[in-house]
Amino acid sequence: MADILGGIIEAFRLIATGNPELYGIVSRSLLFSGTAVILAILWGTPLAMLIAIKEFRWKTILKTFFSTLIGLPTVVLGLILLLIFSKGGPLGFLGLLYTPAAIIIGQALLITPILVSIGISAIESVDPEILNLSKTLGASESQAQVSVLKEALNGIILSDIASFNRAIGELGVVLLVGGNIAGGGNRTDVLTTAISRYTAIGEIDYAIALGILLMIIVFAINIIVVVLRRANYIVELAKAPYFKLKTYRENKT
Amino acid sequence: MKAWQKMITAAILATVIIIAGTLVYFNYFTERRLFISTTTSLYDTDLLKAIEEEYESTHNVDLAITAVGTGIAIQQAQNGDADVVLVHAPSVEKTFLEGGYGVNRKIIAYNFFTIVGPADDPAQIAGKNATEALFNIAAYGQNMPDQSGQTQIWVSRGDNSGTNSKEKELWKAAGFNYTEMSSEPWFAITGQGMGPTLTVSDQKNAYTLSDIGTYLKFHTDGSIEITALITEEQALLNVYSVMAVNTATVQANQTIHEQINYNDAMDFIQYLISPSTQTLINDFGKDTYGESLFHQAVQPLKNDAPQPIVSWIKSYAYFDGTECPTQYRNNPGNLYD
Repeated sequence: MADILGGIIEAFRLIATGNPELYGIVSRSLLFSGTAVILAILWGTPLAMLIAIKEFRWKTILKTFFSTLIGLPTVVLGLILLLIFSKGGPLGFLGLLYTPAAIIIGQALLITPILVSIGISAIESVDPEILNLSKTLGASESQAQVSVLKEALNGIILSDIASFNRAIGELGVVLLVGGNIAGGGNRTDVLTTAISRYTAIGEIDYAIALGILLMIIVFAINIIVVVLRRANYIVELAKAPYFKLKTYRENKT
Repeated sequence: MKAWQKMITAAILATVIIIAGTLVYFNYFTERRLFISTTTSLYDTDLLKAIEEEYESTHNVDLAITAVGTGIAIQQAQNGDADVVLVHAPSVEKTFLEGGYGVNRKIIAYNFFTIVGPADDPAQIAGKNATEALFNIAAYGQNMPDQSGQTQIWVSRGDNSGTNSKEKELWKAAGFNYTEMSSEPWFAITGQGMGPTLTVSDQKNAYTLSDIGTYLKFHTDGSIEITALITEEQALLNVYSVMAVNTATVQANQTIHEQINYNDAMDFIQYLISPSTQTLINDFGKDTYGESLFHQAVQPLKNDAPQPIVSWIKSYAYFDGTECPTQYRNNPGNLYD
């Protein structure tokens, strides 16, 4: 194998000198996975809310379904989406294969089970009285649900972070529906696929550099969230307009 | 509206915006895209990168290259997900043409495969021809004391790539059946590209079949220690061809296919066989490796040059005495003059 130490030193040199190739790949990864997380939050959170709050017949089965899907191998989802987005497939007429949109939708679908499952547990762990309490204090059904969401915020943020980590670190979907296209035009290569390509063509220093950057991103985001949560900053910020409810609870205890 | 309804509405809107934005962007704000499915050896050696830079600087087209094995490249073309295929497996190409999926095939370059292995050469293959070498390797493997599967002395791509097709032909010529051989304890299959397969062989101190380009790249930069033991003979000839995807057939088989970019595909084929691109291919890698990784094929074939290589290419990669039988040509223009 190539000289490991030499590869690592060269990798740090590439990172330090702001190699445009590397940072282009990093920014694509952040953009695609970030958008995917936002998209998945938009449809995943209400879904979690509905399943957690409402009582219905297939509730347990639905919950089991989502928690099972967390373990879905990314290549399997990638394969399914490839067949769907392929020009011969049902959505082929859209021409989305090998475009950023295909990657974003693929990653959003991949992380939806994480958002829904962790979201349900977080919401269910909120004291059910909150919902009634908010209504007693004059909140509408919708406002009451929002206040429950805010109580569950810690768990929901945790699921958002876990989702982002899974999205930015996954290879199967982004490789199969993104095509790992490099070159001068519109590129679809991201951190994980570029690492695999650089390893395959023997340019280990680039692969190591991208690996280091990927880990830095994941660590940094986790650290920021831990710090903010410790300071309880996020939770307080979100609850601010509902101080009435909060004061009420404090008086109660 | 309830909060969850608002969020769901926002989610649907966001999805639509992302899809619509992408479609508008790719249809109206960027250059046309030409999808090229290619064998890994052309990509991993950076030859295609050089060609892409050159082509995009003079043409208003964005080349979107997916580097896959020949097997998948053909598959993508059949699904209509590629406009051009660049491959190196004449037998597979023939089936592809006969299926009506490809048209206007041109041979663009050639080089040789090489059998790579540990420098101490335990199976004694140096100096032999390719089929004798494989015979020796099989005999060595079958007579090894360790038949537990721990020690493996042959590594195969096993991915239906052009290199893998060649390997199957060579095993057949040596008197073995590839499928039977692949279940022997000394026989390993990676299912990956040439680079990873070379790395696996190196780690195992085993033999493998490689295209010369990827081997030289890995060997020169010190990524692998195993060396080329057999090179440049007729049985190891490697011929690269380009084909345009046949819009008519693929459209008939599938639902929607007006997106197949046939005009740019033909323009790109003309570009590949032009004298300046042929020179670029021929000189590629000379400064780095001291030898060409690929040799130009268009001029020698056109002139019917007397070198043995021309007759080798003809007997290996011609179909019915031509690089593309007339029924598989579609408005070729001066392509075959």
